[in-house]
Amino acid sequence: MEFFDTIVAILESTIRVSVPLIFAALAGLFTERAGVFDIGLEGKMLGAAFAAGAVAAVTGSVLMGLLAAILISVLLSLVHGYASITQRGSQIVSGVAINFIVAGSTVILGEAWFRQGGRTPALDADARFQTVTFPFADAVKDVPIFGPIYSNLLSGHFILTYVAFLLVPFSWWVLYRTRFGLRLRAVGENPGAVDTAGISVIWLRYRAVICCGILCGFAGAYLSLAMSAGFVKGMTAGKGYIALAALIFAKWRPVNIMMACLLFGFLDALAIRLQGNPLPFIGQVPVQLMQALPYILTVILLAGFIGKAVPPKAGGVPYVKER
Amino acid sequence: MSDIAIELRGIDKSFGLVHANKNINLTVRKGTIHGIIGENGAGKSTLMSILYGFYQADSGDILVGGNRVTIKDPNAAISSGIGMVHQHFMLVENFTVLENVMLGAEDSQILNTSISKARVELKRLEKEYALEVNPDALIEELPVGLQQRVEILKALYRKADILILDEPTGVLTPPEADHLFRILGQLKDQGKTIIFITHKLREIMAITDEVSVMRRGEMVATRKTKDTSVEELAELMVGRRVLLRVDKGEANPGAVKLAVENLTVRDSRGVTMVDNVSFTLRAGEIVGIAGVAGNGQSELLEAISGIRRAVSGTVLLNGKPIDVTGHADPGDLRNRGLAHVPEDRHHVGLVLKFDEAENGILGYHNDKRYLNGVFLDTKAIQADAEEKIRKYDIRPPNPRLKTANFSGGNQQKIVLAREMERGPDVLIIGQPTRGVDVGAIEFIHKRIIEMRDQGKAVLLVSVELDEIRALSDRIIVMFAGRVVGEREPDATEGELGLLMAGVEGRKEAAE
Amino acid sequence: MSNPYAKLPAWAEYGLIPLVNLVVAFLVAGLVVLLVGENPLNAAYHMINGAFGRGEYIGFTLYYATTFIFTGLSVAVAFHAGLFNIGSEGQAYIGGIGVALACLWLDKTMPWFVVFPLAIVGSAAFGALWAFLPGWLQAKRGSHVVITTIMFNFIASSLMVYLLTRVLKPLGSMAPQTRTFEAGGQLPKLDWLLSVFGLEVGNAPFNVSFLLALLAAFGVWVLIWRTKLGYEMRTMGFSPSAARYAGMKEARITVIVMMISGGLAGLMALNPIMGEQFRMQLDFVQGAGFVGIAVALMGRSHPAGIIPAAILFGMLYQGGAEIAFEMPSISRDMIVIIQGLVILFAGALENMFRPAIGRGFATFGRRFPVAAERGA
Repeated sequence: MEFFDTIVAILESTIRVSVPLIFAALAGLFTERAGVFDIGLEGKMLGAAFAAGAVAAVTGSVLMGLLAAILISVLLSLVHGYASITQRGSQIVSGVAINFIVAGSTVILGEAWFRQGGRTPALDADARFQTVTFPFADAVKDVPIFGPIYSNLLSGHFILTYVAFLLVPFSWWVLYRTRFGLRLRAVGENPGAVDTAGISVIWLRYRAVICCGILCGFAGAYLSLAMSAGFVKGMTAGKGYIALAALIFAKWRPVNIMMACLLFGFLDALAIRLQGNPLPFIGQVPVQLMQALPYILTVILLAGFIGKAVPPKAGGVPYVKER
Repeated sequence: MSDIAIELRGIDKSFGLVHANKNINLTVRKGTIHGIIGENGAGKSTLMSILYGFYQADSGDILVGGNRVTIKDPNAAISSGIGMVHQHFMLVENFTVLENVMLGAEDSQILNTSISKARVELKRLEKEYALEVNPDALIEELPVGLQQRVEILKALYRKADILILDEPTGVLTPPEADHLFRILGQLKDQGKTIIFITHKLREIMAITDEVSVMRRGEMVATRKTKDTSVEELAELMVGRRVLLRVDKGEANPGAVKLAVENLTVRDSRGVTMVDNVSFTLRAGEIVGIAGVAGNGQSELLEAISGIRRAVSGTVLLNGKPIDVTGHADPGDLRNRGLAHVPEDRHHVGLVLKFDEAENGILGYHNDKRYLNGVFLDTKAIQADAEEKIRKYDIRPPNPRLKTANFSGGNQQKIVLAREMERGPDVLIIGQPTRGVDVGAIEFIHKRIIEMRDQGKAVLLVSVELDEIRALSDRIIVMFAGRVVGEREPDATEGELGLLMAGVEGRKEAAE
Repeated sequence: MSNPYAKLPAWAEYGLIPLVNLVVAFLVAGLVVLLVGENPLNAAYHMINGAFGRGEYIGFTLYYATTFIFTGLSVAVAFHAGLFNIGSEGQAYIGGIGVALACLWLDKTMPWFVVFPLAIVGSAAFGALWAFLPGWLQAKRGSHVVITTIMFNFIASSLMVYLLTRVLKPLGSMAPQTRTFEAGGQLPKLDWLLSVFGLEVGNAPFNVSFLLALLAAFGVWVLIWRTKLGYEMRTMGFSPSAARYAGMKEARITVIVMMISGGLAGLMALNPIMGEQFRMQLDFVQGAGFVGIAVALMGRSHPAGIIPAAILFGMLYQGGAEIAFEMPSISRDMIVIIQGLVILFAGALENMFRPAIGRGFATFGRRFPVAAERGA
């Protein structure tokens, strides 16, 4: 039974760490399916986390924090959009630039405004997201098997956690069952077809980029308003890059994205769990190896199985009217 | 109520210093098929792109049905009742026919309702115009003829009364083209107006009611088709008598230089593009490979020149095998006397951002004469470039100029000079005159014949049947990846056309 | 088409446009300074004074510039072959192992001019090794070098923490660093070079690796424009299909270019380890690999552009410290912002001001040949 509880605990933290990955990877899904590659997920998430932490601390309102996160993240998306859609610059370069601008600005502004070494002030309960407890969660806690699964694994998460998982089918529905989704996928495959059909390629791609900004806003708000009680400098710690890897690993499909994010989240949770604990047969594993494992596995996965993943055909290429 | 569908008055358009359209006037009558003919680069596509709202004219007016309209984007064109079938299809390949037809004309935010409506409408259009196509098929799985049909359906779905077709037959077999002409005839009978752009005189004579001729950005004449002739149109197009034949003597075929046996090549998707092809090429002859674009010619050239792996088969160069299924290496093949002028000079044969001299050694950069150890011998490269510029009359004669700044004909000369001056045993040439001005065409044809007369073996691939017939000593016809026949150069166009259509093609046309 | 913009004279193309982009990046950075309630002009004054005010300051500026020349060249070499190496950071970090091993082995017995060549080989070899895998994975397994090098940065960071806390740390020490090197592991300063201009180097760690950096810059120029490999790299960078047609071995070139790029990044480790700290410390790279991206973009991947760009960033680093001292609300993270802005304006938005500049030239009555024929 102890083993079972351990599993439940690991799975529970898997869900916890997967949530920002899911938000960010879905964010990437919208822009990349529209043909705009984005390695600036990290920066947008970080900017959003800072905005959320700062505004929630000042206003004391979690909702204002979330809105600020979305606003900042969308603004950063628009910068990326302007560089890569309007100015037809390199999408990779633009993403890198945004990551640095945000990494620097969050520290400078945070320090200037709050003077707490790059942190935002610790948030009160009101200014944070609270966990949701399902009905009867306490009552059934001791029922074998079902109990821990219901009350620990399913119940007791932040509202944003449920939002993230509901966004997976919702994103699928938007992409495959709405007019917007049809056009968005079309513009990532053949922008010429969209242009000649009388739809603006530019405006469509901007909308996709804005969707990305909104979702990254959620990812950042989750970090500073749910997972932690405030912003800490550099708190995304590479999650944006892991989300990007998950997106590629999932071959740009919504349900696959959820699975990939859960897998990477699981690795992360396992690493935290195994810290200092010797593994059976293997013995003590250096903590650094455990920390690097998600990245190592990503490289191995990328090298081994990603070969057939076909990115959107017009991805990474700015649209120029052909003559 | 006027009987004029479209009137263009004084349309003018420049791109930088290139004056693409000069003061164009054009009147297209309702319910007619109006041809617009001109050479590549005459400004036809630009004019039609202006009409479809893809570009804006610098000056001039567009009148549709007698009313002045502003067409600022394709949307405005569509709502004025103008539809366009582009030369390169504007289709999303991994979407279904239905999704493509609907795209941009969906009538609600949620797809389900749009789809069912579109399905009904598509059925109606199919019946009315005999344009059958499975609405649920993926575009990438359809043959080009059907893809084009989808493009026409797209326009009709948007209730187009005026249909512009830009070089619609370039990718079609002759029977597919005939089928298209029948469809266009039907559309005309239903009262639609059709603008038909081509550079092929035969097509103009076959289906148009009126024809306008463009030359170097200007509209030079408009004629009733029944009052004109191929000769007159040709002269109007080029501005002087066209050379219908290339002067060349008898061929003296010698030893077999290139022997291809049972060669099979698949593309990246695993589709068989070259299917069990065998032929031989002798010294001192030009063998032309005729075929509609996309029937395996490109893959054949790539496999022989070592750029693409073949699945099976053997190729002998000078009697020695080329490892076409394994490690054939373009550099090694060059050393063994095989030169290759690729079909796509912009992306393959040249690096447009290199200067002329740098492109002059592309593929021959391992040659000792351009190197000092691992270093480039820039003086030797420069001198070599200057010599070729003289010999091939490449203009402007500046080896330091970026290749992108040369005209199409001069770019092609850069490639030809590089590949021919090596004195290869075998020369493989794809589309030698695509996008090349008339003057350069003559020069290039002459050089190819000279190569033959020097005893080189020349393999020529071109989608221009006239070019194949004028240059070749033997003609091999490819269809669907197979060699479907071999003919002498005096075979009639009709005979070759039937071969190019293949058996399956003929069946489809009969339906 | 191939060149959608009007052709500008070379000095505008390679001088004016980068300058305008740079100025705009700094103007936006000035806005950030305003936002935190400081005067940007004061900040600029402190920065320039802090970077060039005294011989010692100049020595520091050039010390940082040395580092950035290496990483800038690293990124630029990969750019020429169409590869985006975001992994210079990790490659420089791993390159440090090569330097540390050479020094730890011989610093007590050999003079610096014996240890230095070995350290050069070691740092380049370790850096190249760390770039080899991403290059090989792209060449053979098709995994994109951008993604893998990002991952390798994180892996390098974990690996170095492990090595410095468990393997390379002297017994009994708590700090995650190697022991301090003896004289053989310390590079001489270039005081004589500054004294030619009548300047005192003072405490600045401006050392001989600066000369190595200049040599590397010249070497890269030769490599790219004067060797067969450079020709092949550029062909591949401009047009992979043309490279295939010409019989170039794409996989082999990718791996070699990545190794050269990684080797150049590795050389960077010489400067802080043998030139300043005389030991290998945790996180000694401090983002220099990423600065290399900005430097390469600003210098348009040409050594003649990279050197001034690296000096500019050296100025930012050295002058930035001065600003941080004089204006406590502006920490050195300001440099990260400027770096991001330079990447944005000199990289992703490099063409933003081109049309306006082109029009400016046109109205001054000059004529430019318009690029490329237009097929219609």
